[in-house]
Order: sequence, then structure tokens, then C-alpha cells
Amino acid sequence: MSPLSYSQAYRAGLAEEMEANPGIFVMGTDIFLRGGHFAQLLGLGERFGADRIRDVPISEAAMVAAGVGAAIQGMRPVVDLNFQEFAYGAMDELCNQAAKIHYMFDIPVPLVIRATNGIAYGGAQHNTAMESWFAEMPGLYVAVPATPADAKGLIKTALHLDDPVLFLMHKALTGARGETGGPDVRVPFGRASVVRPGDQVTLIGYGVTVRTCTEAAGQLAGDGISAEVIDLRTLYPLDVETVTDSLRKTGRAVMVDESAGYGGVSAEIAAALQEAAFDYLDAPILRVHAPHSPVPQSPPLLQAYLPDHGAVEQAVRTQLARP
Amino acid sequence: MTEQRTEAEDATAVAPADAGTLREWLGQMLIIRRFESESVRLSYANKIPGGIHSSEGQEAVAVGSIRALGAADVVAGTHRSHHHALAKGMPPRTVMAELYGKATGCTGGRGGSMHLVDLSRNFLGSNGIVGAGLGVAMGTALAMKLQQRPAVAVGYVGDGGANTGRTWEFINLAALWKLPFIAICENNLYAVETHISRSLAGDSIAGRAAGFGLPAVAVDGQDIVAVHAAASAARDRALNGEGPTFIEARTYRYEGHNVGDVQNYRDASEVASWRQTHDPIQALRQRLAERGDLDEAGYAALRQQADETVADAIDFAERSPWPDTGTVQRAWPAAEPAGASR
Ligand SMILES: Cc1ncc(C[n+]2csc(CCOP(=O)(O)OP(=O)(O)O)c2C)c(N)n1
Ligand SMILES: [Mg+2]
Repeated sequence: MSPLSYSQAYRAGLAEEMEANPGIFVMGTDIFLRGGHFAQLLGLGERFGADRIRDVPISEAAMVAAGVGAAIQGMRPVVDLNFQEFAYGAMDELCNQAAKIHYMFDIPVPLVIRATNGIAYGGAQHNTAMESWFAEMPGLYVAVPATPADAKGLIKTALHLDDPVLFLMHKALTGARGETGGPDVRVPFGRASVVRPGDQVTLIGYGVTVRTCTEAAGQLAGDGISAEVIDLRTLYPLDVETVTDSLRKTGRAVMVDESAGYGGVSAEIAAALQEAAFDYLDAPILRVHAPHSPVPQSPPLLQAYLPDHGAVEQAVRTQLARP
Repeated sequence: MTEQRTEAEDATAVAPADAGTLREWLGQMLIIRRFESESVRLSYANKIPGGIHSSEGQEAVAVGSIRALGAADVVAGTHRSHHHALAKGMPPRTVMAELYGKATGCTGGRGGSMHLVDLSRNFLGSNGIVGAGLGVAMGTALAMKLQQRPAVAVGYVGDGGANTGRTWEFINLAALWKLPFIAICENNLYAVETHISRSLAGDSIAGRAAGFGLPAVAVDGQDIVAVHAAASAARDRALNGEGPTFIEARTYRYEGHNVGDVQNYRDASEVASWRQTHDPIQALRQRLAERGDLDEAGYAALRQQADETVADAIDFAERSPWPDTGTVQRAWPAAEPAGASR
């Protein structure tokens, strides 16, 4: 198969599942003609019609509520929120209804919420690393594909689950290209992938920071330092086992995300690692992240804000410098 | 009692006699128009990062309404707010520098197009979230009422924003509490690619607002005199303690939703027709010319002045330094609360 972009891969996975299951339909703003703001649905309007690629007014609470209601009645809605931040206006529907109805009423809620996350241009209100909030909410799954193969494989899995999934695709990866799996390849939730093997330090990322980790690992290799890179792929469930296995081998771990450095997935992993493998640690677990601040727009400020591979390398060197 | 005036009635509103005032409005609209076309060009040239939302075509809504206000009145905008910011008196230089992300921009480059602000001129920000600026203005109106300040707060929202639930929560509260508040809906027919006929249940946005029991008027947003008259009446009401007003200004955006928008959702002829027959600048120019208050040379001079103002703003932005990367966090001292131990 020829390589697909991240957006194309998502679209291919979704379209395959829509062909197979007439209960799947998509709701969002500007999706029928435009195909979404990241071309993630391009051409699907024509292919599946306006009932299944369903334009919605700018009414985030209503579109998630419509998804929750339709899901518990046996449909499989995909609500495309466009930017992740637009979830703010639908927080009750997401966290108090979608997340809890399966538990409270014992009815499956097979709902997928797709949104674009990550830090890029657009200013403070369109850029927030809030994915860990959803991972903390019991009842929600959170998928964060870093590659076209996972965008396709994870959305296919999401469309077979009985609980709501936040499907978060990073802005900066929209055009990333890569090979993808065939129609039967579903990537399981809760399985991290080791994207580069190594034995002196474990670098852990998700979404775009997998790339940051891989770049750092490449640089470190030039200095004879062997880094293993792990892509979490889903934030809930979180694959603590793969990360722990790696740490047992390397003795060092660095978490890399775009968060504002307070709580979140990195803290969760650090806690889980020291619980599971304290005796294997050769250095403190380090976190590389953004400053505790909203996101700036100006190019030099944004560049200074975002964690880069240099910061990851520095963290590794700090760990290795310990006696 | 709910009042719903018709477009025709508002359009007949009497223009201020003062030709100088009208010429100033025209000059301001010309500055906005030039500012926007240059911003689009500079976005394509990668001078302005992250794109912008052009207000070209909607100049009369901003200038007409904001010229009805006093300096103490507060305005909060939307994602498409360069026209509001400039009309409220923000210098084109600091706005352009902000779009560039330069240190001399209104927030030192931290905010960009969707987070413009000038507290000294009571411009309470453009806003990245649809409908949200209306809420900021509504809360401001609450403070004005509680503090008995003789001022009003104006919030803008788009036709698309009229489909967010928050918009109507704000309107309800403003009406319930009789706040000194003016909600101005810039109905430019589209929310990104979605025409109001595909998003709006019911007859009209003003009609929807009327259900909340406040005066809701629809005006021709391309007629600056009509917009000004509606906003002036709303301000008088608010200052008299009679509560809020909802104004639906029917307008049109000439450019795409944002820079790079592929406009397969509307015919080029539709845009051309608005430009040719409903242009707010040409309408005012004609009104002045008919009264003998503006000749060709006068108009050319206003245009040239606008072009020079914008050229100066671009030059300023170009020459300005980039922000010091040490300022990433500086605007938010709350990130390190006073007295926190280190
Ligand atoms: C809550 C929220 N949902 C979606 C968006 C994305 N978005 C930005 S502008 C826009 C269209 C707004 O249309 P309208 O209110 O008519 O304003 P216009 O763009 O026409 O000025 C959309 C959907 C957003 N910024 N905020
Ligand atoms: Mg609109």
C-alpha cells in the first residue's frame, strides 16, 4: 500500500468501518463540504451522504448530547469537535453524561469524540494540553495516535468499543505520512509501542512528542548513548507494563509531553514507575514539558515554549552524569 | 414589551448632519479595509503567523456601532475583530505588530489576532471562542450596573455564534437583570462554510432574541447610518437603566473565513454582487457625494491617508524587535502566586 497522511489514514479507517456498520455516522461543523478543518473527512460527505456526514451548527454541547443520546439508542456516532478546546463548551455532556451513563444505567455508550489537540499557532485559547484531564475521568478512553498506522488502527478499534473514546489527533502531525495496516488491522487500546530500542534510558512520549523523543534518541546515539523510545498510543488505558519493562532494562526514564508541567500523564507514569520498579532506578525520573503558562502566539515565544529534543537530551545527560 | 423594528424603518434613520463626522467614519472604514487586505496579503507572505479572519465587508457594523459609544464604554469582540479593535481606537501599529508577533504588539506578541486587547481604550479583547466575548461584555455590564458607572458594554457575536447555547444564556441574564448591555450580532450569512439556512432554526436571529423580552432589531449592516442609529438608541436605553438591546446587523464578509479558505460553498458572483451593490464604504461615499460633502479628490485623499496609515503600521511591525523569549510567562504572574515559597 502507498503511504497515507495522518488525516488520510484516519479517514480510511473511519470509512472502512462506516462501510461495515451503517450505525456509524459523523457530526460536526463544516464537515460535509469541507471535510473538516484538517481534511480528516474529505470526500466522505459525497460518499456517505449528508445524513451520515452530518453538519451541525456551532453547538458543541448539543452535538455531544446528540451523540450520547444516539449512542445509548444503538447508533455509533462520531462527534468531530474540530479543536479539542471546543470540548470546554460540552464538558458536562462529555464528563458527566457520556462518561458516567454506562456505569449509572448499565447501557453502553459507544461514542467517539474526535478532536485535534497539540500546541501550535492559533493563540492561547486554541492550544491547551488538556488530554490528561480526559484520561483522569473514569468512563472515558483516550487515544492519541502518533502515526498514520495508529490513526487508522486506533480509530477502527474505537469504533468497536462500548464506552466513549476521546480520539485526539495532533495538529502538527496532520500531514505526516506513513504506511498503514489493512482493513483487518485494529490497534488495541492500552498497548504502548516501542518505536526505537535502546538500553541506557527510556524516553516516553505520545502524539507529537514521540517525534521529539525519536529526534533526541538519534542525537544521543551520535554520542554513543542508547535510548529506547516508547509511544504510549492511548492515555487511558495506560500501558504501564511496557514502560516498566523498559525501565527495568535501562534504569532511567524521561517523560516528554506538551503539558504545562503540573499533574497529568507524566506524573502518573512517574508514580507508576517508582511503585513498580523503584529498585531498578539509576536516576530520578525526569519530565520534559512546557512552562506552566498559557500558550503564546509569537513565533520565537512559541518556539521557546515548546519542549524540543534538545531539552530531552539535556535531561538524559543530567541522568547519566549521576555517579 | 418586545419591539421588533424592521430593516426599512432603521434604514431611514437620519444621518448626523455634520459632514466632518461622516467623513471621519468613512476614513476609519477605509483604514480597516486596507488593514484587512494587507493582513491577508501578509498572511500569505508568511509575515503573519497562524492566519487571520478578515473583516473586510463588515466595516460599517464596527464603525457605526462603536462611534455611537463613549470612551468609557467597553467593547468585547470575536475571532473576527480587527475592525472592532481599530474602530475602538487601537493604533494600527500595535495591532499589526501583534499580528506579526512582535514585542511592540498590544500583548507583546503573546496573543496574536484572536487575542487583541487594549484596556486603556476599553477594548476588552478579540476572542478565540465563538460566543465567548459576548459573555465577557455581559459580565462587564453587570459590574457597570453594580458600580453605577455611566457606561455600557457591547459584545459582538456572529450568526454562527447565535447557535451556541452560551449566547442565549448571556442574553437571558442581561435581560433578566436589565444590564447596560448591547449585543450586536454580525450576521454575515456564513459560519465558516455553513450558510445560515443550514444552521438556523426559526425565522431570524433577531426574532430569536426577541423571545427573551428585550428590544431586538435587525438593521442593514452595510448602512453605517442605520447601524449608528440603532446603537445610539440602544446606548440611550442602557444608560437610562432600561436594560439591554439586541441588534442583528445584516452584513457580509468579502474574504474567506480565514486565510487559505477554499470557498467552494459560495459563488464568486455572490461575493461580487455584495461588493458592487452593498458595499458600506461606497454607500457612505455616495451619501456624502449626493449631499455635496465629498468630491472625488476628497475621497482620494481619504484613501491615500488610509493607505499611508496602514503602510506605516506595517513598516512599524517590520522594524519592531521580536519579543525576548524570557517573556513567555511574564504576563501571567499568577503562575507564581505572590508570597509562594521558592
Ligand atoms: C466554541 C467554538 N466552536 C467552534 C469554533 C471554530 N470556529 C471559529 S470561527 C467559526 C465560525 C463562526 O461563525 P460566525 O459566528 O458566523 O462568525 P464569522 O466567522 O462569520 O465572523 C467557528 C466554527 C470556535 N472558535 N469556538
Ligand atoms: Mg458569520
